[in-house]
Amino acid sequence: MKAKRMLGVCAFAATLRALSPAPAYAVTDEDLSQIRQSIKKLEVQHAEDAKHIKELEQRLKVAESMATGEATKAQASQGSPNETPLVTNYQATTSSVPAQAVGPAPAQSGAPTSAGAFNPAIGVTLMGTYAHFSHDPDNAPVPGFALGDEARSLATQGFSLGESEVSLSANIDQALYGQVVLSFPREGGANVEEGFIQTTSLPWGFMIKGGRFLSGIGYLNEQHQHAWDFLDAPLPYRAMLNNQLGDEGVQMRWTAPTETFLQFGAETLRGDSFPATPTHDGAGAQSVFVRAGGDVDESNSWLTSLAYYHADAKDLVTGIDSFTGATHLGIAGLVWKWAPNGNPVQRNLKLQSEFFFRRQDGTFDALAYRGDQTGFYGQAVYQFMPRWSVGARYDQVSANDVGADFAGTTLDNLDHTPHRYSGVLMYDTSEFGRFRLQYNYDDSAPQANQGVMLNYTVNLGAHGAHQY
Amino acid sequence: MNKLLINAVLISALFFTAAPAKAAVNIFACEPEWGSLATEIGGDAVSVYVASTGRQDPHQVQARPSLIARARSADLVFCTGAELEVGWMPVVLRQAANGKIQPGSPGYLEAASVVSMKEIPQHLDRAEGDVHAAGNPHIQTDPRNFLPVVDALAARLAEIDPTHASIYKARHDAFVAKWRAAIRKWETEAAPLKGMQIAVQHKNWIYLLDWLGLRDVVALEPKPGVPPSSGYLSEVLAKVKASPVKMTIRAAYEDERPSQWLKQNAGVPAVELPFTVGGNDKAKDLFGLFDETIDHLMKGVRP
Repeated sequence: MKAKRMLGVCAFAATLRALSPAPAYAVTDEDLSQIRQSIKKLEVQHAEDAKHIKELEQRLKVAESMATGEATKAQASQGSPNETPLVTNYQATTSSVPAQAVGPAPAQSGAPTSAGAFNPAIGVTLMGTYAHFSHDPDNAPVPGFALGDEARSLATQGFSLGESEVSLSANIDQALYGQVVLSFPREGGANVEEGFIQTTSLPWGFMIKGGRFLSGIGYLNEQHQHAWDFLDAPLPYRAMLNNQLGDEGVQMRWTAPTETFLQFGAETLRGDSFPATPTHDGAGAQSVFVRAGGDVDESNSWLTSLAYYHADAKDLVTGIDSFTGATHLGIAGLVWKWAPNGNPVQRNLKLQSEFFFRRQDGTFDALAYRGDQTGFYGQAVYQFMPRWSVGARYDQVSANDVGADFAGTTLDNLDHTPHRYSGVLMYDTSEFGRFRLQYNYDDSAPQANQGVMLNYTVNLGAHGAHQY
Repeated sequence: MNKLLINAVLISALFFTAAPAKAAVNIFACEPEWGSLATEIGGDAVSVYVASTGRQDPHQVQARPSLIARARSADLVFCTGAELEVGWMPVVLRQAANGKIQPGSPGYLEAASVVSMKEIPQHLDRAEGDVHAAGNPHIQTDPRNFLPVVDALAARLAEIDPTHASIYKARHDAFVAKWRAAIRKWETEAAPLKGMQIAVQHKNWIYLLDWLGLRDVVALEPKPGVPPSSGYLSEVLAKVKASPVKMTIRAAYEDERPSQWLKQNAGVPAVELPFTVGGNDKAKDLFGLFDETIDHLMKGVRP
């Protein structure tokens, strides 16, 4: 009985093969004898029979459901599992198999069989942190900079659940891919962190993305916060982009047909995010960027980028202040990765740095204002053995002297260059779980603040692919 | 000002797209074994780029900018599939945004889709370690698996590039004949290995074991992809003492320490196998890969 069933499966697999747009190359006696041998083996190896048969039965189930086509699909869409054995139909199919078509059985086991198979990939990210700061992390000004809402606090003192994120993504059809990332802050409510569609099949290397997304102006900016090596945004991101720039709009990219990676991009954005406001009928910000990258050898690779972002703001409120005018921001970045023989599993090193230049021109609290600011961070993360990494970071920003009119205001730089030293130790339980211990010596506010953060970051569900 | 910049990007885009393509078919192979197979069938009619080397763990290749650049101009992506590349290829494919190579199009071929898969898990739980829903993806360790794959590849090449279809057909037939002869040779050479008990470092050898009739009585990883703890290794030691094994096999890209540990503590020879093309200096092509595999296994038995 078992052997008979096994033969049936082979024969059926052959039908599938014959029907598929597969090769017209003849299958030889060797294939036949191989199958006969494996059947013989099955009969002999009683011990392994149970397991093997189970496997085959599963495959048979799939094959049956495929053979019955529309009928099964209809059933599946009604939510009923493919329990119904449709043996009659299946036998009818096998009886018409031409013997010479027998070949190795293609893998059908992974074939989706229910309506649920078209559900988008679901990934959940959970973060939890215990933080202790020597001074109140909610009172953390950066002299010379008017900070956005998110950037005014360093962290939440004590235990806190960080933003929990749920991401759903799938190919929409042959031409489009879609993704939505919902975040749930601990204060309650929900945010659409990202919600965009992007093309997958435009000719000549073009790609267009539309919706709400993280801007491509910075290396770190495009990554989700939970993918960052350090728990907090570097000072220039904090001071100039309210930690991270996400906005609504359209992005277009073009990748050059070169062996060295070369990509140009442009964005036109609503301007809903700091430092922009939705002026010009909801198109208040634009950006352009160019990136290049490649491999030096098997062990070393690099990515460099240059971006320009422009935003207009009308009554951009930051705390008690208000700014109206234009912001010009330039970002230059370099990422270098090293892994012996290109295999990052045992050891690897990642160096990254980004430089920010910002000019603001307009009125601040109704006074004419022109600010020139710079900032940068440099960091190194070294995985010294599987699952263990250490990292160090230095970041700083500096604002020009904006004159006596602004003495004592947020924009007064107090002759202080805000800077910070950070160290991190990471332990990965697997690809999906990470614990981090981070120490900050933060000299960005007039009074230095030391902080220790212990964090877990885990991913449940869909296996997300990692960006470079 | 900004409009000017955007226009500049567009104009330079048009300028660059005018550059002509060189080879007939650009193939982006995820792993070296598929790169070699593509070269065997395509010959001069194709240009093959291999995204990883024999010294890299195919699960954990980084989605480097160079991969995106190559995928951008590829006509055919040729990968193992079965979620082996799930950690990096989706990013590469999306960033490259090349319509020719998206899953479901003629320019996207997964070898695992035509091979009979083993170790398909009965239930999926990440607590079981790095398991793949579609089954064990390391199909290239059994040379017989290349037969259905080469059929699929030749058919796909003929579909993408009909002008060279006769070349692909001829090279396919020549390869298959040579490959079948080689399989018989390897099987003869490896006959003494049949029924032998061995240990594996990571569960990536099921197809090889099945081909040669080897039996793995223990894995040095408690769960796939989870490095062994010292506690687990002492369990392994007890198992090996109760049921002796001839050797521990591991892939070239894997850390040698667990198998060296078993060698020191139980005298079990540690054998490094190339695992794929380029896994050692002699495994230069597919034939070299299995010559070396059999050779090292036989040396492991009779050092």
